[in-house]
Amino acid sequence: MIRRILAGLVVALMACLPAAARAQDAAGDKLKVVASFSILGDLVREVGGDRIALTTLVGANGDAHVYSPTPADARAVAQSKVVVVNGLGLEGWMPRLAGAGGTALTVVASKGVKPLKMEDGHDHHGGDRDGGHGHAHDETDPHAWQSVANAKIYVANIRDGLAKADPAGAAVYAANAGAYLARLDALEAEVRAAIAAIPRDRRKIITTHDAFGYFGRAYGMTFISPEGVSTEVEASARDVGRIIAQIRRERIPAVFLENISDPRLIRQIARETGAKIGGTLYSDALSDAKGPASTYIEMMRNNIRQFAVALTG
Amino acid sequence: MIAWLFAPFLEFEFMRRALAGTFALAFGAAPIGVFLMLRRMSLIGDAMAHAILPGAAVGFLFAGLNLFAMAGGGVVAGAITAVGAGLIARSTGVKEDASLAAFYLISLALGVTIVSLRGSNIDLLHFLFGSVLAVDDPTLLLIAAVASGSLVMLALIWRPLVLECVDPMFLRSVSRAGGIAHLAFLALVVVNLVAGFQALGTLLAVGIMMLPAVTARFWARDITAMIAVAVACAAVSGYAGLLMSYYAGLPSGPAIILFAGALYAASVLLGPVGGLLWQALPRRHLEA
Repeated sequence: MIRRILAGLVVALMACLPAAARAQDAAGDKLKVVASFSILGDLVREVGGDRIALTTLVGANGDAHVYSPTPADARAVAQSKVVVVNGLGLEGWMPRLAGAGGTALTVVASKGVKPLKMEDGHDHHGGDRDGGHGHAHDETDPHAWQSVANAKIYVANIRDGLAKADPAGAAVYAANAGAYLARLDALEAEVRAAIAAIPRDRRKIITTHDAFGYFGRAYGMTFISPEGVSTEVEASARDVGRIIAQIRRERIPAVFLENISDPRLIRQIARETGAKIGGTLYSDALSDAKGPASTYIEMMRNNIRQFAVALTG
Repeated sequence: MIAWLFAPFLEFEFMRRALAGTFALAFGAAPIGVFLMLRRMSLIGDAMAHAILPGAAVGFLFAGLNLFAMAGGGVVAGAITAVGAGLIARSTGVKEDASLAAFYLISLALGVTIVSLRGSNIDLLHFLFGSVLAVDDPTLLLIAAVASGSLVMLALIWRPLVLECVDPMFLRSVSRAGGIAHLAFLALVVVNLVAGFQALGTLLAVGIMMLPAVTARFWARDITAMIAVAVACAAVSGYAGLLMSYYAGLPSGPAIILFAGALYAASVLLGPVGGLLWQALPRRHLEA
């Protein structure tokens, strides 16, 4: 609630700024584009190349679900010609921020994606680091980019949006997008090959990330939420017992439990069940430039590599 | 009903490990708690636990989540505090508790500073608060070794220790073992707290040391019986706390200490030695 109020305040303040902001705008000759979060930013950069000046609001390792915009963000939006958002309810804070700027063209990158409901039944959000992922049950799952086919839709939407805002550059955008789409096709083949190498009955993991719904549907992997991991401060014996029983019952070969922050506890669970401990998955944000998931393609490669290591070994 | 009491331990290895760890802690820490209480040093354990924290933090910063680095850092910090406070008390006019307070407060402030300087202080705090559910082989061995060593050491310094509880002046007049026994005893306090903090976390380790000891005070008059009751209380608390953690979903460390606290509260009321209920009952007059 406080975030909402703060965001509202920011928006109200921003009403005063656009005049000054737009005066500056004429100075740069590049198309000013704002992307809402890091993964989208990477896609936009691929399509826009050096014709655009890109600002990414939620940077590497940031959580776009519960982000609260800063005045600098509002200025970037106000100065921009194009605002690219994911849609599907990811950026609850974005429409008002964009609305305050007024003039920008908003591109919803997920337009045309077949939306998926958030899986229900398990307690997805109980263990979330910040006490809530921002969306309730029975809502649309916004993590559509986890399927490469959807990412291609994203790229097409971004290409069309940029071309609309900057018709002179349309040919460049089309060429960039074409080249990138080819790389995405290669990535898609890579992902399918990696999953195919994992025996069918081993294609399931426990993860606290609730962002792999599209990935699971597209590539035939099962992602199971741990039952009852309710606290990250100190797990109870019941929590640990349930996870172990679940891993045994469903014969799950690997666990990716990042929100149990005590590695000793994770090792204990792995030792007792024989399940492998997975590495770090990236789902909602890219890593920084030095990390293993600095671009969208690198992120997908990192994740399939982690799955493969944990499930085939 | 019987199965209810044993099933979690039969089904899960981590429960068996946790139980073994708490039992070992009970045998090591509870007798020491009794001596601390009898020597009116009940709060020393708390002070020492605070003093150990920065040592463990430094160990973590240098070596990561390494059992021996953290335990070693804790022992060093605890020893510096204990010996430093003792030396200052003996060479100046300041009482030992006052210098101990000074030492542990400095140490605690240092610990908080170190924890904060390390960017992600939340993570470090997690590591400093061990979990009894995550007791691995080295940790279990450490706790068991400390408990065994403590019992042997207690047997060796038993006489001077008991004498010093009862009549320190007499001990000083007949023997010089008092000082050595005192230092050995402080070392035992530190080592047991370090072992306890691997399993329960720094602050809760004091709980398994002191609460059963104070509880025992309400059940026994002589020191041997008191120690037996304290060990039993600590072991029962460990077992019941784990069951509570398993069935009610409570965090395991606090559940153990809370059960020990419940035993204490019941003993204050019902304990035959000075319990409130027994005091309220009309007593038979002694007849000559």
